[in-house]
Amino acid sequence: MQRFKLFIPLIAFIVLAVFFFAVQKQIGSGDYNPENMPSALLNKSLPQFQLPDVQSGATIAADVLKNKIALVNVWATWCPSCYYEHPYLMTLAQQGVVILGVDYKDEPEKAQQWLQEKGNPYIAVLDDRVGKLGLDLGVTGAPETYVIDRRGIVRLRYQGPLEQRVWDETFKPLLEKLQNENSGG
Amino acid sequence: MRRIASFIFALLIGIAAHAAIDPFEFDNESQRERYQHFIEEMRCPKCQNQNLAGSDAPIANDLRHELRRLLQEGKSDREITDYMVSRYGEFILYKPPFDTKTAVLWLAPIIFLSVGVIVLITVVRRRSAAQALPELTIDEQARLRQLLQDEQQVTLKNDNNRRAEPW
Repeated sequence: MQRFKLFIPLIAFIVLAVFFFAVQKQIGSGDYNPENMPSALLNKSLPQFQLPDVQSGATIAADVLKNKIALVNVWATWCPSCYYEHPYLMTLAQQGVVILGVDYKDEPEKAQQWLQEKGNPYIAVLDDRVGKLGLDLGVTGAPETYVIDRRGIVRLRYQGPLEQRVWDETFKPLLEKLQNENSGG
Repeated sequence: MRRIASFIFALLIGIAAHAAIDPFEFDNESQRERYQHFIEEMRCPKCQNQNLAGSDAPIANDLRHELRRLLQEGKSDREITDYMVSRYGEFILYKPPFDTKTAVLWLAPIIFLSVGVIVLITVVRRRSAAQALPELTIDEQARLRQLLQDEQQVTLKNDNNRRAEPW
């Protein structure tokens, strides 16, 4: 027993080392990111908004998403990951996914140019140049993507660029579930 | 030399005073204090462990502006906290409320402290128990008394005969 006591510090060290190593490995592989936080909006209604469309200037309100399962994609021309993400959003739009864009704290002229050059995957792009909607959403950066169900409830928040792997692992199963949720009623 | 030193000292005072001035204007001193309290106690949502006061992230800057706006609109502390939590979750609070999720966080220091105190008490008790001698039996007590008496007599004798060995 007395001898065993001598080994307690070593055992404690090994336990901690293994724990930290495992966390570090998960961060390295991208399975765990301490910056990703659950949204405070999860399972709550999307905040109300009334913002001009970046291209047409027409006022857009939350009812554009009425009875639709949609993505709300927060992006900006100053955001490098948004360049990376954009082609995949185009693919999704071609597959018929409804995406509402939020041009977050950006210059509308640059956003217009971006959409002309790279294509527009959005049903509308809200001009949130002061970042009010971003604040109401609890956005901490761009890109961020929210999944909204038919009743306008936020069901998922994803921080980081969308890509095939993320789509298959996280979005696709959820969207299928949401489709089935309301088709019965 | 002294004049140069005092000149430099005066410059340093100037810098310190400048650093303390916030770029925001407030209606009164209590608003400024509340603002300071909020930016110290709220965490920057983008950073892992920095408060709003210490962070340079754009989001922290936005939230500082938002805090100032809310304060100037006359919102109460409670309303401001709720406003932030409804957007960024309890992550933003350095002192989250006590509930089932945060119980471990709040109780861990007390638990660790109690474990420490218990270990300390046990160790001290065990050590003093090891040092304490077992109680003497009646026979032993008698013998001890006898020995002490003998000793006394020897001492007395020695006192009478001061030329004994100097010990």
